[in-house]
Amino acid sequence: MTSTAGVDSRILKAPHPVPGAPDNWKRFFSFNTDAKVIGIQYIATALFFLLVGGLLAMIMRGELITPEADLVDRTVYNGLYTMHGTIMLFLFIFPVLNGLNNLLIPCMIGAPDMAFPKLNAAAFWMVPVFGVILMASFLVPGGPASSGWWSYPPVSLQNPLGHLINGEALWILAVALSGISSIMGAVNFVTTILRMRAPGMTLGRMPIFCWTALSAQTIQLIGLPALTGGAVMLLFDLAVGTSFYRPEGGGDPVLYQHFFWFYSHPAVYVIILPVFGVFSELFPVYARKPLFGYPFVAGASLVIVGLSLIVWVHHMFPSGVPQWMRDVFMVTTMLIAVPTGIKVFAWLATLWGGKLRLNTAMLFALGGLFNFVFAGVTGIMLATVPVDIHVNNTYFVVGHFHYVIYGAATMGVYAAIYHWFPKFTGHMYYEGLGKLHFLLTFLGTNLNFFPMHPLGLMGMPRRVSSYDPEFAFWNVIASLGAFLLGVSIIPFLLNLVSSWVRGPKSPANPWNAIGLEWLLPSPPPAENFEEHVPTVISGPYGYGTGRPLVEHQDEIERALLKA
Amino acid sequence: MTSTPQRFPLSRLIGLALWLGLLTLLSVWMGAQVPRWLPVSASSAAPLVDGLFGFETAVATFVFVGVVSVMVWVVLFNRAEKYDISDAEPIEGNTTLEIIWTVIPLVLVMGIAAYTIQVNREIGLIGPMDHSHAPASASSAAGASVPGGEVQVIARQWSWEFRYPVAGVSSTELHMPIDRRLGLQLESEDVIHGFFVPAFRLKQQVIPGRSITLFITPTRAGRYRLRDSEYSGTWFAANQADVVVESEEAYQDWLRRASRLPLQPGLSEASREYAQQLSGDRPSGYATIAPAPPPLVNVPGSNTLPHDG
Repeated sequence: MTSTAGVDSRILKAPHPVPGAPDNWKRFFSFNTDAKVIGIQYIATALFFLLVGGLLAMIMRGELITPEADLVDRTVYNGLYTMHGTIMLFLFIFPVLNGLNNLLIPCMIGAPDMAFPKLNAAAFWMVPVFGVILMASFLVPGGPASSGWWSYPPVSLQNPLGHLINGEALWILAVALSGISSIMGAVNFVTTILRMRAPGMTLGRMPIFCWTALSAQTIQLIGLPALTGGAVMLLFDLAVGTSFYRPEGGGDPVLYQHFFWFYSHPAVYVIILPVFGVFSELFPVYARKPLFGYPFVAGASLVIVGLSLIVWVHHMFPSGVPQWMRDVFMVTTMLIAVPTGIKVFAWLATLWGGKLRLNTAMLFALGGLFNFVFAGVTGIMLATVPVDIHVNNTYFVVGHFHYVIYGAATMGVYAAIYHWFPKFTGHMYYEGLGKLHFLLTFLGTNLNFFPMHPLGLMGMPRRVSSYDPEFAFWNVIASLGAFLLGVSIIPFLLNLVSSWVRGPKSPANPWNAIGLEWLLPSPPPAENFEEHVPTVISGPYGYGTGRPLVEHQDEIERALLKA
Repeated sequence: MTSTPQRFPLSRLIGLALWLGLLTLLSVWMGAQVPRWLPVSASSAAPLVDGLFGFETAVATFVFVGVVSVMVWVVLFNRAEKYDISDAEPIEGNTTLEIIWTVIPLVLVMGIAAYTIQVNREIGLIGPMDHSHAPASASSAAGASVPGGEVQVIARQWSWEFRYPVAGVSSTELHMPIDRRLGLQLESEDVIHGFFVPAFRLKQQVIPGRSITLFITPTRAGRYRLRDSEYSGTWFAANQADVVVESEEAYQDWLRRASRLPLQPGLSEASREYAQQLSGDRPSGYATIAPAPPPLVNVPGSNTLPHDG
């Protein structure tokens, strides 16, 4: 592995170690300011926490395979489900998407790096810090936070041992740090997209992934302060005896629910929008057709941003909100179906009449779209007040959002990892292992999360450590699906590690894709295009049009082939 | 090769029409299956909710199967040949189509919303979602007057207590007369709980510091499950009670007999398990809030008998 043959000369003369250069794995454990290193740091950290969160989920499904609370004590179960949700959201899905942002945004827009590289590295290094804080809460007296990832007061303010350092306090601290890290990231991504695009790349020529990242990060900037403020007040109530949310002191526990959902509903769009971006990037490549209706797909993201900020009360229909409020928020929630529908139809029209290549990345994108449409139709059901009143806080909701967050978002993330793996590691992945990973994931997802819908309709509340025997049948199937999902990670990790270590070398553009990142060597040098940033002369996704994307495209491609 | 949607050959149009017809049949059939997935319907609100859910299931089936059939079609028939590296025909968009698939979903979801608002109104007329948000300053005192309802429901960590102030009865089993609108005044003494009876299709958070009145008209005699639906701490899952819906005479008879019974500890699965843990008969885990002592009631009732939903 010490040979430098075949490594791009720009990598070797880079001022600091970069991915793909020989013998420099240590850079991944350093305060490195290269967005491509940070991107891989984010993704590796997130995948580690995916394993942790997944292990907790499998213990939970082990408990729920029988009706009685018999595998772990109820307090332990409550801690497990709280930590599962918190880890998966704040330590898996947000970081993994920030990893994709770091890898893709600068390369896609032709920027040498992020706008604020040090801020970028600082934002990343907060992730392991609050990860350790959160994990440490398993070790403090009284155990970890156990009031769910919503942490609704007053139950979250109950502190049985009365210690100042308790699981809940560490949980709030970790979530607040996560929020600060995300705000730092968002400032960086938005600035980079708005200020550092290649010459000729107008907003109207920007890849959809960048549009969705811009939309998602705008939500972070608007929404996170509300959550962070709400969390600080919660910490005050817990630690210093204020009464923002304590009814006995004149506080209002429902106020917290507003703060929480004002951010946490838009947060699901922070998650799903970049995945829409991934779908919009991958379908044209593997269908060999332009994205159908690019301006509409781009604009729909902005409409979703606007609507996402005015729907939060749909999480609170049974919280004692007046009827007019229920009606208003139902209508706004319903409206989100329209821009989302525009995107789904655009993808279908892109696939229609294409020349599909079903490699692992494409299979994950198609599987993700399948799951997303299922989650979408149950989402409409949840928007309608009377149906929501029945299934609110039941397993129906748990099924719905796991279809979104695992079925669509995580499968979209897998699609992205496979698709851009050759670009950023310089090695091809193994299709056989990849397809096995897809098959197990798709089956496991549906086995695990579909049964939650009938359970919820029957009236099984979420977050229970025991349940009535009539719910046993579907729970057994869900548990088997969860264990299958656990198994599905094995071929994935095996593929990542073995491909990176000894996979075949990747050419600059293995998928024959159109985009600035594919005009860079694999892996790209530290400063991407350095001083030779190409001038963009047409919109993205010109498959079959024969339109070059940039000036002097032929020369750039010839140079890449020679290298 | 068809280049634009306007130039579909006739055979394809017929095929499409056939497929849409089949899809519609399937959707209507799925909508009709809804009662089999839901618990028995035991309140005046339940048929309205089920009707709405059936309609939504039909629409959802149409959309989902419609989209998936397009995906299946392209995967089966639009695959690139093994060594074909050429591109497909570059269709970049179609404004007419964009307008169609913006307007149709918009009309559809607004239609569903209008239907739902109407269902909300109907359910609201019957009364179960009517709230009074007066602070419960005096109401937690036993025997306080009950302005909103005939039954006072007190949620605790982790038991349910039902007080009938007029009859002077308390119980850990909720009895309700059939076909009469009954007001339940929901109060919590500690954290937020959720009052959820799946057979009634009704759910309401019980918020400490507030008194919320929920009106329910049971329509079917039987024994149903009341579940805590808002996570309330360690024994949240065990915080269940039974609801007995019976005839007016049986209800009045039950109230009369109950009022003569002496007070005794009511049902509390949490207290039972906690006692087992204290005596070492049951392993314990992390620190927990101790359950409130079981309320003293005239009738503990049961929460282990078979229930209808």
